[in-house]
Amino acid sequence: MEIASLTIDEIREGLLARRFRAEELAAEALRFAEEENPKTGAYLHFSPERALSAARRVDEKIARGEEPGALAGVPVAVKDVIVTRGIRTTCGSRLLENYIPPYDATAIIRLEEAGGLILGKTNCDEFAMGSSTENSAFGPVRNPVALDRVPGGSSGGSAAAVAQGTAVVALGSDTGGSIRQPASFCGVSGVTPTYGRVSRYGLTAFASSLDHIGPFARTVKDAARVLGVIAGRDPRDSTSAEAPVPDYTKALDGNVKGLKLGLPREYLKDMTSESGSLIYRGVEVLRQLGCEVREIGLPHTDYAIASYYIIATAEASSNLARYDGVRYTSRSGDSATLADMYRNTRGEGFGAECKRRIMLGTYVLSAGYYDAYYLKAQKVRGLIARDFRQAFEEVDAVVAPVSPFPAFRLGEKVDDPLAMYLSDIFTITGSLAGIPCMSVPCGRTAEGLPVGMQILTRHFGEITMFRIADAFERAGGVN
Amino acid sequence: MKITEQEVRYVAGLANLNLSDAEVARFLGDLDQILEHIGKLNELDTGIAAPMSQVLYEAEDTATLRPDVPVPPLGNQAALANAPDSGAGYFKVPQVIER
Repeated sequence: MEIASLTIDEIREGLLARRFRAEELAAEALRFAEEENPKTGAYLHFSPERALSAARRVDEKIARGEEPGALAGVPVAVKDVIVTRGIRTTCGSRLLENYIPPYDATAIIRLEEAGGLILGKTNCDEFAMGSSTENSAFGPVRNPVALDRVPGGSSGGSAAAVAQGTAVVALGSDTGGSIRQPASFCGVSGVTPTYGRVSRYGLTAFASSLDHIGPFARTVKDAARVLGVIAGRDPRDSTSAEAPVPDYTKALDGNVKGLKLGLPREYLKDMTSESGSLIYRGVEVLRQLGCEVREIGLPHTDYAIASYYIIATAEASSNLARYDGVRYTSRSGDSATLADMYRNTRGEGFGAECKRRIMLGTYVLSAGYYDAYYLKAQKVRGLIARDFRQAFEEVDAVVAPVSPFPAFRLGEKVDDPLAMYLSDIFTITGSLAGIPCMSVPCGRTAEGLPVGMQILTRHFGEITMFRIADAFERAGGVN
Repeated sequence: MKITEQEVRYVAGLANLNLSDAEVARFLGDLDQILEHIGKLNELDTGIAAPMSQVLYEAEDTATLRPDVPVPPLGNQAALANAPDSGAGYFKVPQVIER
């Protein structure tokens, strides 16, 4: 069994043909992951007991002749912002270094009900705030493709684990690009589903109106299968959608003839780089497969970053108020009063990026500024969502880059927060609109660094998104 | 300048964040630069545009409500398990009111 390149189908086949048991697979996957992990630091900690007991349940079902589930025996890595009962969940923060959640996120429950094996928790930017995973309190993650480079962020550990082969699939979270951008940097597929498609119950809140859980995988089909398992209405998240969950893998027939794709003309000026030219080649591949490609307009693109960094930080400043040293965070030592204890705990506990965003969010919400910033940003968000609605009257999907550049070197951009924010331009527009978007590998630069192509579709249009990505993958992508 | 040192200290107070002088200086520069970029939104006349506070789809008004059925709560012990300081079934914090 070649653990680093397994797919969900191969695991299922092997289990049902009794070539191996899920428990053997879990043990081997854990051994391999623990051995390989020091190269990248993708995982923060492992959960062998949980993985092995889930595997034994899969083996018992198979022995009894029962259906073992869509993810039977599949080793999964989980970003450490998604709570796991009894397994430490740090959010990459000193404040939660020792936090052991008393409950499971809905996505975790669904993964395990489908037979998935949770191998461990992956490193990320503190509270998912960042684009490089360098903002983790527990050190950075290295990109398995080029160890001197970042894996992207904030779900850098999950992307790295899947790329490195230490997990077959992984869960991440995406608020402004935190699944798609690391997927593109590490050369794997990463999916941000429609807002509300996957329950956020148990996802540590960053910006509630923008937060998503989504999968990473080495193939489009595996990503589609994981989404099918975790998607669906959850009474515990009132923003989760009632819409039925289709079998996303059924549409993966390689046929994209006649689909209309839009290339946003507002993005073209930022596509003059090597990454941009790979995207053009990717678009050409899709054209050869029978798609019609035309330019479309998303006229409010230039205002997306500003709108996003107001809304996301405003929501974050409110969501992060709960880390106060009383209920679950560690507490700063000696404080004479309760107010001092709050201030010291938060001042010592949060890293620089979290503080910066809490400050910005508090500022834009403070008395006298609400209309000028938050309300204005929400209006602009509405215009950006309208841009997409209008585009989807003309085309079935939008294709775009994920990032203006491939993985950069560790430390290269840490000192310029605005430049880091500006690099989110291609991912943030889809996040604001709440539409499904994914990154699919689209060749490598001359230096061998992966580039991702983004495919965006209308609300609940995941089937079309997966169909295009899968056809592109089947055609061999670019190169 | 879009923001002053005094405002930075005031906002840190609102957010219950203890910042060192070096952090105040750093965030003054960072926030100023970011607010400068954000100022771009003023170019746009958003007069009649409706604010988008959540991602909406077509559904009945009550589509997202669940039946109000009581379920067992987390329980006192589990709720206190991660507290840095607790006792007698409560979270403990530094003294709030002088005797």
